[in-house]
Amino acid sequence: MASTPDDAAAHLSLDVEFSGGLEMLFSDQRQHSLTLPAEDKDGNPSTIAFLIHHLCENVMKDTRKELFVLQDHLRPGILVLINDADWELEGEEEYELKNGDNILFVSTLHGG
Amino acid sequence: MDKIEQLRREIAEKEAELVQLRAQLVDAEKLSAGIENDKDEGEGEWKWPLAESDYERYSRQMIVPNFGLQGQLNIKHAKVLLVGAGGLGCPAAAYLAGAGVGTLGLVDGDAVEASNLHRQVAHSTDRVGMMKVDSAVTYLKGLNPTITYRAHATHLTPQNAEEIVSQYDLVLDCTDHPTSRYLISDICVLLSKPLISASAFQTSGQLIVLNNPPGKGPCYRCVFPKPPPPESVIGCGEGGIIGPVVGVMGVLQALEAIKLLVRGDHLKSRAGDEEAVKQVGMLLFSAMGDVPFRTVRMRGKRKGCFACAGDDSALTLNELKTSMDYIQFCGVNQPVKLLQPEERISVVEYERISRESKTHLLLDVREKEHFGLSNIRGSINIPIGRFTAHRGEGSELSDLIPGDVPPDAPIYIVCRVGNDSQIATKKLKDLGVDRNGERFIGDILGGLKAWKAAVDPSLPFI
Repeated sequence: MASTPDDAAAHLSLDVEFSGGLEMLFSDQRQHSLTLPAEDKDGNPSTIAFLIHHLCENVMKDTRKELFVLQDHLRPGILVLINDADWELEGEEEYELKNGDNILFVSTLHGG
Repeated sequence: MDKIEQLRREIAEKEAELVQLRAQLVDAEKLSAGIENDKDEGEGEWKWPLAESDYERYSRQMIVPNFGLQGQLNIKHAKVLLVGAGGLGCPAAAYLAGAGVGTLGLVDGDAVEASNLHRQVAHSTDRVGMMKVDSAVTYLKGLNPTITYRAHATHLTPQNAEEIVSQYDLVLDCTDHPTSRYLISDICVLLSKPLISASAFQTSGQLIVLNNPPGKGPCYRCVFPKPPPPESVIGCGEGGIIGPVVGVMGVLQALEAIKLLVRGDHLKSRAGDEEAVKQVGMLLFSAMGDVPFRTVRMRGKRKGCFACAGDDSALTLNELKTSMDYIQFCGVNQPVKLLQPEERISVVEYERISRESKTHLLLDVREKEHFGLSNIRGSINIPIGRFTAHRGEGSELSDLIPGDVPPDAPIYIVCRVGNDSQIATKKLKDLGVDRNGERFIGDILGGLKAWKAAVDPSLPFI
């Protein structure tokens, strides 16, 4: 089959950033340009939960996964910002990713 | 050493005394000027709302658009509490004192250390050893002797929080641990005080205004309902901090405080004020980022929040005082216990081994910055991250062990205090480097801290 315009929409380009010390878990690299399938294997739109799983499986080099994910969810003390808004304003893990989204993971700081 | 300490303390005391005397002089001068004014009946009478000297001292901020006399009067009549007189508290207090906040309170139970001085700008070399609150007040009185200072030389606790915080209109959280951050937020909610919270670590900072207006804006628990796991909490003492990074955050706290006081937010009553709560933003500062400052939109109040829900289920003052255990809530970092006693050797034993000059390997798994500052002679630096990033099968072992070492040479692993060295030792064993026990791999108990204490006191320990 020849490729159709749909194929372009079958993938999402995302800018993923880490800060506040989380970059340490991702090869000390703050910014990652990622391409994700627009749908998971069951045909559901890709969500933040899917992105977190993808980051753990394919992007994170460090084996200390518990510093990012606890019991299958993001660990407490990490803020997720979707296009500069708290993910709680956007539906948290259920938020459906859109092409070009900027997703920032920030660890909360306590020092002073 | 004792002599030096004693002299430092004496100088600090004399300086504090000098500041007191200068403040008394200012007061006496003011009083005598007042008496003269009283004598000068009629046209000599002082008829302006601020003291004469205030017009000069605060002129540059009062002429800024929308600040004006009313802004200065709001600031003059405000009582502001800073919890923490460290990297955030020092610059914040300096600007608030300079701006003429009527009463400035400081809470801190720590004493000044030399390692504070690169960022805690209100302290000084000759005040090392002095309580931070007293040192800061000494500095602040030099800056502005005309306002009132209250030094609370204690840590804030569930028991003393109500008594201290109730004396103020506005609170700045300048502390350095999640336990104090939850406590401060809870007491501010219960006493209806707006809270300006900032934090900093290494090259990053965060700032958010909470519980503003009281009862309407989100509290710290709304934004961070669960504390981070204790092993992910690293203090400035261990992770480091760049002075101007925490300084910027403290200065921004002072700015938010001045904005809030000039607007008069703290004067608006809790009940009946129907104005809509503005979108809450959190400022993220990343000194090394391409965009150093960005403001992100945050959620509002959390329905059913443990502290600020405002219904019968919410925390009460009495509960805070009698049954809240913030240390337990945030968790305590458990010491690492991965190795058996026979897998660990003492620093004295390693010192003996190193003198025998048998071929062996000493791996130091601290970060390269730590290693570059001080290390045990002959040790090789392989930072712990290289071990934790190692995925096992198929990956190259040469990342972790230099290739030119005989395969039976024993491996000793050292770190700062003896935690990461266990993780690295276990990793090498899991990778089969010990060849089922044929080759010794173990760590050095107590790390460089113990080495300094028992073997080489000259080693700088950071």
